[in-house]
Amino acid sequence: MQNIGILALQGDFDKHRQAVEKLGQKAVLVKDVEKLSDCDRLIIPGGESTTFLHLVEKLQLRQGLIDFIEKKPVFGTCAGLILLSKSAEKLPFPPLGVIDIIAKRNAYGRQVDSFVDDIRLNLNGRESVFEGVFIRAPKIKDFGKKVNALAWHNNDVVMAESGKILVAAFHPELTDDLSIHQYFIEK
Amino acid sequence: MILDKQFLVKIGLAEMLKGGVIMDVTNAEQAKIAEDAGAVSVMALERIPADIRADGGVARMSNPKMIREIQKAVSIPVMAKCRIGHFAEAQVLQAIGVDFVDESEVLTPADEKNHIWKHNFKVPFVCGCRDIGEALRRIAEGAAMIRTKGEAGSGNIVEAVRHMRAVQGAIRHIQSLRDDELTHYAKEVGAPLELVQYVKENGKLPVPNFSAGGIATPADAALMMQLGAETNFVGSGIFKSDDPAARAKAIVLATTHYDDPDVVARVSEGLGDAMPGLEMSAIPEEEQLNKRGW
Repeated sequence: MQNIGILALQGDFDKHRQAVEKLGQKAVLVKDVEKLSDCDRLIIPGGESTTFLHLVEKLQLRQGLIDFIEKKPVFGTCAGLILLSKSAEKLPFPPLGVIDIIAKRNAYGRQVDSFVDDIRLNLNGRESVFEGVFIRAPKIKDFGKKVNALAWHNNDVVMAESGKILVAAFHPELTDDLSIHQYFIEK
Repeated sequence: MILDKQFLVKIGLAEMLKGGVIMDVTNAEQAKIAEDAGAVSVMALERIPADIRADGGVARMSNPKMIREIQKAVSIPVMAKCRIGHFAEAQVLQAIGVDFVDESEVLTPADEKNHIWKHNFKVPFVCGCRDIGEALRRIAEGAAMIRTKGEAGSGNIVEAVRHMRAVQGAIRHIQSLRDDELTHYAKEVGAPLELVQYVKENGKLPVPNFSAGGIATPADAALMMQLGAETNFVGSGIFKSDDPAARAKAIVLATTHYDDPDVVARVSEGLGDAMPGLEMSAIPEEEQLNKRGW
């Protein structure tokens, strides 16, 4: 059993906790750097990326998070993707910049434009269809050569990985299909 | 319960707001202060509840122009209020793209019997409640988020505590009932049986449950989170205080670290005066906002 840290400053961290526990792993809610030392992996949940960054600064978590991510796997969903990206517009502070992705915030519009739709997933060379929940979701506007696409909605890449870092623009934690969490835990 | 994809998307946004603070703001400048303090969303309204109470008269939906200015000023979600039962105001708010509509007792009700049938809308709704029956009736109508009402504009936490304890206590009580006792319970509280069954099975409401109405200090915020709130709405408590920016930031940090009294203590220092509060006995029954709606 692994200790899966879930950044619990704000957002839908409890949905990730449920997914992690259903997979038989231990969920550790992380609000400070000390807690990170107990973790084998870290999930950065959905939420408000602006709020995340304000809290990361006010609680002085930036360097601790970057140090952790250099060593161990991390998975960011929606706001988590923005936090891990190299850049995104209208943020109060720069994101952590650990994956070579340029994110576009609220790329589909406001809440009335949020949607659920099938996406095409390719994990370990196997194609499948996954129910993608997109809430005021970002898009991956551009990504570098070392970043591999893992899922698509129409022609947009909506999930990608680079080394130990996995990001999704949608919310696998809001559906019952645990295959993406499983993939992250085994990654 | 209608749990289709559209409802999943609505509840989804409420999930994203958890653990945060939603602040009442009346202009773009205040919205920016709220966002910089770490608010997870702002509620755009022309007058904060304390002023609505002081001014009297009919309180209506805010001017769409003012809501649009706030939408332009911040990147966090923007909510706005419509009157209870006033579905045309809600249609306007949906048309201008607010992220959440609050069908709110803070405004003067437009309909004394009927709340809005919220399933007809693409925009999600939050509604107030005082007890489990009211919460489940609103969810049946399509509310994607519930907030306990408290007493808006009072600066007094007592009603917020009463309502949160009523809802959480009822959830625990429902879990202690036998299946054959649920029908009678549903009749007693005036809630749909299937939603009472959901509460028994899951030990929680089918949608996120936030707190509102009376939070004025970081410790108030920590109290409501420990009583079971998943996020705090703060209205008059911020912009009626001495130093709104500092207080807003302190309430955000106290909400995140609600279970760590050392943090709550640290952020409570040097904030200046909180808003002046009102004893509930000083508010005549017919002027209590939480009595609006059913």
